[in-house]
This record gives sequence, C-alpha cells and structure tokens, in this order.
Amino acid sequence: MIPDELKAITDAETEASAKVRCRLNVCMAAGCQSCHGDKVLKALQAEVASRKLEGVEVRGVGCLGLCAEGPLVLVDPEHVLYQRVQAEDAADIVAALGGKPVKRLVCSLETPFFKRQKFIVLENSGKINPERLEDYVAHRGYEALATCLTERQPPEVVAEVLASGLRGRGGAGFPTGLKWQMVAKAAGPKKYIICNGDEGDPGAFMDRSVLESDPHRVLEGMALAGYAVGADHGYVYVRAEYPLAVKRLNNAIKQAQKAGLLGPSICDTAFTFNVEVRLGAGAFVCGEETALIASVEGRRGQPRPRPPFPAEAGLWGCPTLINNVETFANIPPIMREGGKWFAGIGTEKSKGTKVFALAGRVCNTGLIEVPMGITLREIIFDIGGGIPEGRKFKAVQTGGPSGGCIPEQFLDMPVDYDSLAKVGSIMGSGGMIVMDESSCMVDVAKFFMEFCRTESCGKCVPCRVGTAQMHNLLSSICAGTATMDDLALLERLCDTVKFTSLCGLGQSSPNPVLTTLRYFRHEYLAHITDKRCPAGVCNIHSLAEVHA
Amino acid sequence: MSTAIITFIIDGRDVSAREGQTILDVARENDIPIPTLCSLQGLHPVGACRVCLVEIKNTPKLLPACVTRPSEGMEVITDSERLRQYRKTITEMLFSERNHVCAVCVSNGHCELQSMAENLGVTHVRVPYLYPRLPVDATHARFTVDHNRCILCSRCVRVCDEVEGAHTWDMQGRGVDCRVITDLKQPWGTSESCTSCGKCVHVCPTGALTEKGKAVAEMVKRTQFLPYLKTMRESWS
Repeated sequence: MIPDELKAITDAETEASAKVRCRLNVCMAAGCQSCHGDKVLKALQAEVASRKLEGVEVRGVGCLGLCAEGPLVLVDPEHVLYQRVQAEDAADIVAALGGKPVKRLVCSLETPFFKRQKFIVLENSGKINPERLEDYVAHRGYEALATCLTERQPPEVVAEVLASGLRGRGGAGFPTGLKWQMVAKAAGPKKYIICNGDEGDPGAFMDRSVLESDPHRVLEGMALAGYAVGADHGYVYVRAEYPLAVKRLNNAIKQAQKAGLLGPSICDTAFTFNVEVRLGAGAFVCGEETALIASVEGRRGQPRPRPPFPAEAGLWGCPTLINNVETFANIPPIMREGGKWFAGIGTEKSKGTKVFALAGRVCNTGLIEVPMGITLREIIFDIGGGIPEGRKFKAVQTGGPSGGCIPEQFLDMPVDYDSLAKVGSIMGSGGMIVMDESSCMVDVAKFFMEFCRTESCGKCVPCRVGTAQMHNLLSSICAGTATMDDLALLERLCDTVKFTSLCGLGQSSPNPVLTTLRYFRHEYLAHITDKRCPAGVCNIHSLAEVHA
Repeated sequence: MSTAIITFIIDGRDVSAREGQTILDVARENDIPIPTLCSLQGLHPVGACRVCLVEIKNTPKLLPACVTRPSEGMEVITDSERLRQYRKTITEMLFSERNHVCAVCVSNGHCELQSMAENLGVTHVRVPYLYPRLPVDATHARFTVDHNRCILCSRCVRVCDEVEGAHTWDMQGRGVDCRVITDLKQPWGTSESCTSCGKCVHVCPTGALTEKGKAVAEMVKRTQFLPYLKTMRESWS
C-alpha cells in the first residue's frame, strides 16, 4: 500500500461517514462487555433496524474511559454520553436521536474526568472501530509509517524518537530512543522487535485497553521500530487472559497483511516486516524481558542475568528491541507530529502522557491518560472524583507489586519517573490503586508479597525463599503473633532480597513493604505491640481469646 | 589465534583476563576466593544462587561473578561487610527452605552448602525453618533423590542436558514450590531417557542426589570428570 492508496481509503471513509447522520458508539472493550455492553450493541442495532432508520450507524468502539459507569454509549454528532446502559434502554435512546437526550442515562462530559485528560496513546480509543483497518486509516493511521518508509532514513526515525524524550512505559523508564539506537547499532544480520503485552500487575489494564481499542497503532509503532533498527520480524507477547485483545490483535495483523502494511515490500519499498502473536501462559515473571524472550523461544519463562542486554543478545541470541505496548503506541503520533512536539508535553525528564488504570477506592474507576507532571491530587480527586462514601484518603499504590504506597503528604507531588522513585515507589506500567482509611497497610503489603511469592520463578535464592519468608512474617504480623525481632528480620530480608535478587521482580518485591514501613510504621507497631489492627481489617485474637 | 587481554582490579590487585573469561574465572586463577554454589566449572553459568555477588566500583548493582565479564579498568571488590552479610543471609535462607539436617546426612562433611556456611561463619540460622513435607524418590536402581536436601541449583538439570545430552532432569513449579523432576515428573526409576550415568549425582553440591548404599557422611562427590570431559570435547571439535 502506498500513501495514495491510504488517502483513497481516507476519502472513501469520509464520504461514507458523510452519509451517516448519526452514530451510536457502543464501548466494546472488556470492561463494558463484562457488564453486557455486547447486548446493548445488539439491542441498538435491532432497534435501528426495526425503525428502518436511514443514516444511523451503530458500531462497537474501543474503551470510552469511564469503566465505573459502563456500559457506555457515545452518540455523535451530538456528543452525548450515556452511562449504565442496558439492552432495555435501546428504544429510548434511538427514539431520542436528534432530539433531547435520555436524561436518566446522560453522563456529563464536562466533568474533570474528561476535561483534564490529554489523549495521545488513547487518541483513537472510543473513536474508531478497533476491528476495522479503514477506521484507523481514516484517523491518520499508518500515515507515519508510509511517510517514514518513503521519505526518511532509519537513523532519522531513531533521531526523532530520541528528540521526543520518550521513556519506556513498561515501568523502568529507560529512554526509548537510546534503546532504539543501541539495537540499530548492534551488529548482526537478523534482529527482532518484541512488544511486551504481558501486563500482570493486579489492577492494571492499560495495555489491554490499548490492544482492544486501537490494535493497529501498536502494529504501526512496531513496524516503525523495525524500520528504524533494521528488524524484519516482530512478536507481540500478550497474556492469554486477554482473549479479546488477542482476537483484535490477530484480526488487525491479518488486515494489515492483506492491505500490504505488514509483510513483504511495505509501501512498495524494500522494507519487510512480519508480526506474530505469542501468548503468555499466566506467569507474571514473563513480563521481565529476558524471561519473556525465553518464553517466546519456547523455554521455561525464567530471567537470566543481564548483561548481555537484549539489545545486544536477545531473542535466539540476536539483537532485540523490546518495548511495552504503550511505548509502541506513542510512536505513530511522535513520527507524525515530531519529537519536538512530544517533548513539549510533560515535565523536563518525563515527556508526554501516561495512561493509568485508576482502580480501588475512588469514584471514577477507569482508564485515564494524563500529561506527565500532573499531581496525584489532580488524578485522584479531580479526575477520579475523590473517595466514595465520604471516606478519608489513606494512600495510593503505584507500580503494582513492584511499586510502593504513597501517603497523603505527597499528594501534591508531580507524577513523573523521578518523583515517584524519590518517595520509594515507581511509575510502573500504570496501575494506580487508591486506598482509603478502611485499608490496613500491613494487610496491603501482605497481599502484594503473597503475589510475589506465588509469581517468583524460583530461580534465584533471595527471591524464591525471601518472598516466602517475608510473606510468612507479614502474615504473623497481621495475625498479631509477631515480635519486634520479627520486624527486624523482615527489614533485613527486605534489604537482602532488594539488592541480591536476579531480576526486577525480586529486586522490587520488597517495595510495598519498605514504603509502608516508611510511611505507616505505626500500623506495624500497633499490630506487634498493641495486638490491634488500626483499620480493623486484620483478625487479631487476644491471648485470652486464644486460650479460651 | 590472538585474544584480547583485559586488565582490571580485584580487591586492589591488578589482574588480567583473556577474552570470554568471567570475573570468577580470573579470581580463581589468582587464588582470590569467591563463594559459589550453582556455578560449576564445565557447566553453563546461570547466576542463580547469588552468593558470588561482588561489588563493582561506580556500579550501584551487585553483580554475580560467575556470569559477569570484566571490562578494562574495572574495580571489583569480592569481600566486604555488606557482601558477607548478604551471603550469610542467603545461606541461611537456603537452610531454612528445606529440611537440612547435617548430622544425619549422607553428605555430611562433603557438602558444599555445609562448607560454605562454615566458611561464612553461619553459626545460627536466624530465618525460621519452613519445614516443607517433601518426598524421597528411591525408585532408581542405583541412585536416590531426596528433595529435602535439594537447593535447586540446577546443576543436575544442566549436566544432564549439556554434557550427557539426555535432558532427563528439569524444573517444575514456581517459587518455593519448585522441584527438580525426571521425565515430566515420573518416578526416576521409570525414566526412559535416563542413561544412569550418574553425572547428576556427582555434580549435586548437597546430599540431594546420592548413590544408594551410602550411610551418614559416606557420600563423596567427584566432579573432576567435568572439566576433563569438556576439554576433551573442545579439542575434538
């Protein structure tokens, strides 16, 4: 496919949409589908058909963001959002088209939840049908790929990513441009691109939403990466627990191949790029790049020591570029609008936006995209709408099992890689779990440690034994049977596991304990010395009760 | 064949490495002791036990000597109070993980875990014992695997795969539930891939893999065959 053909698709789409008087966009991402969004779509289609309405299109789109109020339906061109729609509401919604909206279902789009966000990665999410290539192309999809292949040299593409200041969105925040440069410079006839979609943090669903809502964007980002570093083959590693994302991704790959946007001679150039999907079998550790590579190779998903880094010796020993789903999703707009444009968004050291999966004790749970540097307070209280039932905020957990719990005094801290690291947490892949006064911080630390214990691959001693031992100690603190010696041992184990483990999973597993010890030590002490759980979560029996 | 020589520093001593050598290789050549467990000369290093971690000047992370290759001018520290504490804690973790009771073990006095603990001055295990209930597989005619004494170093898995070429051994499970297994977790005695060569028994650092008929402290392991085999094969190819 050449740029002219892309334009032809865009024109045809524009022409077709000119005939559509009204569009009913039904969210078909996993969140809304789980509360029967698919039934709403069918009911609306049946209603429109039975009324024989002309120029009304009912279609499924990607995530509309406010997952808490699903199923969501967005009506265009009126731009009215309906929330908690059920199949029975279809008649009312269709009847109201062109007139006054159905009042009982309307969700205001003027709230900070929608107004404070900035969409780059999610620019098409909820706007296009993720199952149609034409929709993506009509929204300037594959434009960046076609332009780069025909007008720009690979080093220019790398330079553009460098200029953007984009940092890896998988968690560690390594500068993406530098990684691309390393792989581009690495010697070897064969190189690979891997897209890491093994999102496993509890409460995180950013990658899933991107893959479900706009799969072509990720493929375009990967193809651009392939062109920039000289790779002709890519793998998308997605966890098998995301069947919808996998289905849409496979569908997108087929469409792109058919359209000549993947495969041999893309855009009539010598550039060839193929993409295959690999499914993860449910191991969290496979999100670690070397374990992921082992898994793609068909071996046991266990990390290996780095160096050598995948950029030098990765998949089958070849130089491999491995980036997260969200990182690749940032590439097409960067190439389209320029690295300078991207660098103008965010803070000095953290550029662009970040997608967060807002979850836990917050009114508006859902998927949000915000510019870097926004404060936690803005995210939780403006966009998130604060804590439900008038309860008091206690802490926010970022970065999943590898991250930490950030207390109230840091709410006005800007959200960027370095600030989060300074308070003992990490940016992580974007899970954000809000906790209120009803959460016991020792119990929270125990939860994450249990996760790490079961997800440790067992290869290195500190992580394998350390996580089990730390989990036992946290359990006994929660049960009120621990002593101050146990607390000292817990701290010693945290230190050992953090500095001696082989991979990121082990090295970061003590973070939830370390941050809760730093900011909520009094809760640990209450459990140990007063035999009492301040939040009333842990079931502590007094000695008298035990002996009774 | 010309090989590049790298000069660097271990514990204040100037040392030189040939291309492809690890910090551990060079340290051994210079009689600088670094404790190891999973590493064994002649087997592919995996960097799993973490007792060979060393400090490298101007690097925030500790790196395993068995897999890390030196670079020109690098300053390596193999012994410090911090490293000693970590090594001790890791050793204690290993003791706490399974049911290591030296006094009744066939490998008593010939066990790498035991001698490492002695060298590191581990007088007490300050981490609570986990006391898992683990089986013993004595179905093989000549050998026994006692999971209570296994430290999951994966030497048996590697020697069987890399040297014997049988790949009878593998690892199953995750975290503390990991076990070494024979043939998709079949009893060792029924294994069709096992050649009964006994290499796994002799590379095992503890009393987990032993020959039958040995009483307490009688099981002496002989690992000398490995570097010999490796050199022979390299000279053939």
